[in-house]
Amino acid sequence: MVQFVLTRLLRAVITIAAVVTFAFVVLRMSGDPAQVMLGPDVPQESVDAFRRAWGLDQPLWVQYFAYLKSILTGDFGVSMRDKAPAIQLVLERVPATLQLTLPALFLKLLIGIPAGVYAALHRQSVTDRGVILASIIGFTIPSFVLGLLLVLIFSVTFGVLPSGGQDTWMHGILPTLTLSIGGIGILARFSRSAMIEVMGQPFIRTASAKGLKWREVVWGHALPNAAIPIVTIVGFMVGSLIAGAVVVESIFSWPGIGRLLVVSVTNRDLAVVQCILLIIAAAMVISNLVVDLLYGWLDPRLRAHVAH
Amino acid sequence: MSSADLTQTQQTPRPAFGILARIRRQVPASVGFGILWLAAMVLIAILADWLRPYGITAMDLTSRLSPPGTPGHWLGTDELGRDVLSRLIQSIRVSLVIAFGATIISAVFGTTLGFLAAQFRGTVEHLVLVLADFQAALPFLIMSLAVLAFFGSSMMLLVCLMGFYGWERYARIARGLAISAGAQGYAASVVQLGANPARVYFRHILPNVASTLIVSMTLTFPEIILMESGLSFLGLGVQPPESSLGNMVGFGREYLTSAPWIMLAPAAVIMVTTLSISLVGDWLRDKLDPTIR
Amino acid sequence: MIPLIEARGLVRIYEIRKGPFSRPQPVRAVDDLSLSVMPGETVGIVGESGSGKSTLGRMLLGIDRAQAGEVIFDGRQMPPLHSQQWRALRAKMQLVYQDPLAALDRRLTISAQIGEPLDIHGIGSKEERKERVRELMGAVGLRPDQAGRYPHELSGGQRQRAVIARALAARPSLLICDEPVSALDVSIQAQVVNMLRDLQEQNGIAMVFISHDLKVVRNIADRVAVMYLGKIVEEGSSDTIFQFPRHPYTKALVSSVPVPGKRLQGRVILQGEPPNPAARPSGCAFHPRCPLATDICRTRTPELRRIETGRTAACHLLANDLAVAA
Repeated sequence: MVQFVLTRLLRAVITIAAVVTFAFVVLRMSGDPAQVMLGPDVPQESVDAFRRAWGLDQPLWVQYFAYLKSILTGDFGVSMRDKAPAIQLVLERVPATLQLTLPALFLKLLIGIPAGVYAALHRQSVTDRGVILASIIGFTIPSFVLGLLLVLIFSVTFGVLPSGGQDTWMHGILPTLTLSIGGIGILARFSRSAMIEVMGQPFIRTASAKGLKWREVVWGHALPNAAIPIVTIVGFMVGSLIAGAVVVESIFSWPGIGRLLVVSVTNRDLAVVQCILLIIAAAMVISNLVVDLLYGWLDPRLRAHVAH
Repeated sequence: MSSADLTQTQQTPRPAFGILARIRRQVPASVGFGILWLAAMVLIAILADWLRPYGITAMDLTSRLSPPGTPGHWLGTDELGRDVLSRLIQSIRVSLVIAFGATIISAVFGTTLGFLAAQFRGTVEHLVLVLADFQAALPFLIMSLAVLAFFGSSMMLLVCLMGFYGWERYARIARGLAISAGAQGYAASVVQLGANPARVYFRHILPNVASTLIVSMTLTFPEIILMESGLSFLGLGVQPPESSLGNMVGFGREYLTSAPWIMLAPAAVIMVTTLSISLVGDWLRDKLDPTIR
Repeated sequence: MIPLIEARGLVRIYEIRKGPFSRPQPVRAVDDLSLSVMPGETVGIVGESGSGKSTLGRMLLGIDRAQAGEVIFDGRQMPPLHSQQWRALRAKMQLVYQDPLAALDRRLTISAQIGEPLDIHGIGSKEERKERVRELMGAVGLRPDQAGRYPHELSGGQRQRAVIARALAARPSLLICDEPVSALDVSIQAQVVNMLRDLQEQNGIAMVFISHDLKVVRNIADRVAVMYLGKIVEEGSSDTIFQFPRHPYTKALVSSVPVPGKRLQGRVILQGEPPNPAARPSGCAFHPRCPLATDICRTRTPELRRIETGRTAACHLLANDLAVAA
């Protein structure tokens, strides 16, 4: 088990290193930040002074190592626009993003999985059809369309919910819904098929045949086995949740890191973009790690394999 | 040979009458609708220049924000008096071209890397797997945002960038199938006949994995459409004066209260198109994928 | 006469890792093994699963690299795997697989696959290739109308016939058959084995026939080598080996074949664990299961040496002529 964890940790570290390098290569080599920040009509001396000030006159590999060193010491640079430390700007926005993504994740898990399992146990019922319909919506309606439709219905037509801002809890309802509806459908559909597959296995028939109560069969045998594929898909959902937050925060003017990313990207604010990239990558790697470990814990075969 | 006779009865040819009836029997209505819709989209993309009633930048300042149904502007006009239908037709073309090009690039790139990993193993394989891990570690939208903003958005770059979407899926599939074919299966036996790697991969492995790869393409294609329209919605994808479905929705968002049709028409097209591809893709998957059959 | 193929001191060690950080453990699949095959001769290789007979077959073909020792084919050293010369040599030596369905490409017709060696090695014109495929199909007993069939449309026996036809297409001088009939129905096994023998005799092909089935080997082989844990323990002409086995392991193997009309009495039943190449016993590898094992068997590995004309065995007891009567 120790070995399994170590292997996963090593892969996580390699992945983070790859993202760090990617961020550097793409963001440093793609354009001249001095030109972008200062505009085209600035005299050469001020461009040079700007470059010196930001270390942009050094060879690339010097910049790369300086960059690695500063990241390892927790220094993500200073926002070229706001002149404040990037990490501070980003961390200020993290709570707002969590206010959207955490409730959305809980909604997905608390509605998606039970609905899917219920649908699997009651095939052809209203819930079953609802789950299939919701999953189709989840797959086909992009979040920016869904968000605008919700605004059109609840803010424009009925005027019951605000369409943007972060002032009261009411403001959080539409963004959270936008972020979770598609995911609920997808998760429900997935749980449903995982459950249906497990229910078709011979050991379920054996369990019923030996006289276990239906409830015991479902809770004791079917659910633990269906949990493995479901956990995998939940791991993937964290990524789509973050990507979804970028779009949703933009629609609803929600001051989270997603909106900060879009604004910083538009302004070519190197330090902030890098910082957000790394934080998101770290969040993804950690969630993948958690899923991997959960996987090892849930799957006795893997456990046994690891022990030998 | 006694054993030879057993299979002879299997090959009775089926009568070939009633092709239409057979199609109706074998294709569910929803899939039929999907196929028709996609065919229409492809036709619109090809014939866009002839179908457009107006140029996409042609402004008619006398009839700004006309609602749908206005004679001459059946889907209405936008804030500059540009015909929504004309812009929609052009947007369908742009979005489809990007998604199609990107799907092909992604499939070719991913499959090639997967085959290389399977052929050379060792370092190459590790490198490909690390790249795939990396791709999985960063939501694609986030990565695209960074790249697009810093290289500036151009059509070429957008197609190439979208071409990186989902390559790891093809790479994993191609690698896995090529390794299992090479371990003890038909590929190993062809190597044993003296075939060079090009022959092994192009004549034997590729045709065998093609159906699985095509199935993956039907998964990637709608996702790329959504990804491109998402980027364009955020104003970082297709740039004006060119127009795509996502960027129509993005600009239409400003007029959500006064002229929702600007945004609703492209949004509906996106939804129905991705829905159609999912329906047809699911159906194709059942037909083609030998692992399910 | 010069041997067609000669293996000298072949060693193949697989490294098995239990996890990414654990120390690799050596598994000696083939251990200092020498064997030669004359042109036109059929050599049977018998042994339990795990004895290394398939690995030996792959090493003779040059598919598995030898870590020590060498393979000489037609007077020349085996070229490195996947080199140009190695590929060209495939026209001269071919393999018949255990599972014909896995060995055939399910997307190509069998006639296309039978003709593939001709395409690969550029043998003959297009017309000649077509003719050769027709001839081969006839030779292995496939009907001309089956040319357009796909592998899954054929029976197991027919598929193996197609694999054999493909192996013979480029007129090889050596055919290695790795358990060619063990996946087939018993009723079809004899047909395929007889056909293989006829083809081998007609074309003067040398053949290495690997099988765990002693009846089949006895039927087809001129000479037999018995393998145990990567080593040959006894080798001799097919008739003498099966009629008068000398090595205790061969005795046990031969007596395990049921003979009609004979009772089980007097049969040597193998004791103990089946051989595990990862945990090879010291001394003679067979000693834990050998009913006659003595102290020397536990400590010293017996050499393969001549015990009669045209017959070799690796057993301390045979060298001292002690166990011959047993």
